[in-house]
Amino acid sequence: MSEQSPPLSVSQEKDIRLVEFTNSKILDEANITEIGAQLNALIDQSDSPKVLLDFQSVDHLSSAALGMLINVNNRIKQRNGQLRLAGIKPQIFEVFVITKLNKLFRILPDRSEALKSFTAQ
Amino acid sequence: MQIGGTNPQAGRSSTGHAKRRTGSGKGPAKRSASGDPAKLNGSAKVTVRTTIPSLYPAGQDVQNRILNAVEKIGFTPHSTFAIKLALEEAMINAIKHGNKLDPTKSVHIHAKVTPKVAEITIEDEGPGFDRAAVPDPTLEENREKCSGRGILLIESYMNSVKWSHNGRRLRMVKRNGEEPGVR
Repeated sequence: MSEQSPPLSVSQEKDIRLVEFTNSKILDEANITEIGAQLNALIDQSDSPKVLLDFQSVDHLSSAALGMLINVNNRIKQRNGQLRLAGIKPQIFEVFVITKLNKLFRILPDRSEALKSFTAQ
Repeated sequence: MQIGGTNPQAGRSSTGHAKRRTGSGKGPAKRSASGDPAKLNGSAKVTVRTTIPSLYPAGQDVQNRILNAVEKIGFTPHSTFAIKLALEEAMINAIKHGNKLDPTKSVHIHAKVTPKVAEITIEDEGPGFDRAAVPDPTLEENREKCSGRGILLIESYMNSVKWSHNGRRLRMVKRNGEEPGVR
């Protein structure tokens, strides 16, 4: 019963790649692997990638999704890029707090705040 | 949230047990929960007892059946979210890390849901593991590693969690509306 729509919607705002999750759940292993591969490909397209992940549609995520996000963060750091997370609902933010990943990621309340938080390079 | 209506048989009809083994694991397993959650009343109980092969779709189907019962029986949204998260992590642990996706190995699930409490036991047929040896993923030196968070989430969101049989069996309990240590 996998959903057929692509798991990510990507757009560009100046030099920032704006990525929206299109499914409300980031749980399924195959889905997470596909998301990770798409994000890695996107990161590798530029030398100092600026990536904003918008979670406004996301209601559920698993530890496997968190692991994927950590890999994405590491890859962006290796390329001297910047990653921002935005639009995280309270019950999902709680998952970041429990795992203390709110200290690892730069999390902003919404997309506009996140867009403003990127620094020029 | 009030479930069910005036049917006096609703509570009784939901108290039986249903046992079956799912066969191929291809696609969703057949329904085997006792009782119809749509008819549950305040004294209701739903039991799900099943054995599945180590395949994600079979695991997903059991999760959906348990969650359907939890929602219909009137668990709060946060408690439902907690059970969904813990179930997902526990099922992945059993299928992937316990049974190593070996389709000849099974996962045994027993869930009992009442309006007050959900008790869920999940047992795999893998080698087991030592809970105490799993590193704390919240420590700064472990924060960028990609393991250990599933167990942390289960233990954070459920009220009671016990690993036994050398780590192969997990019993977890969620009391409706009681949210431990998630702040």
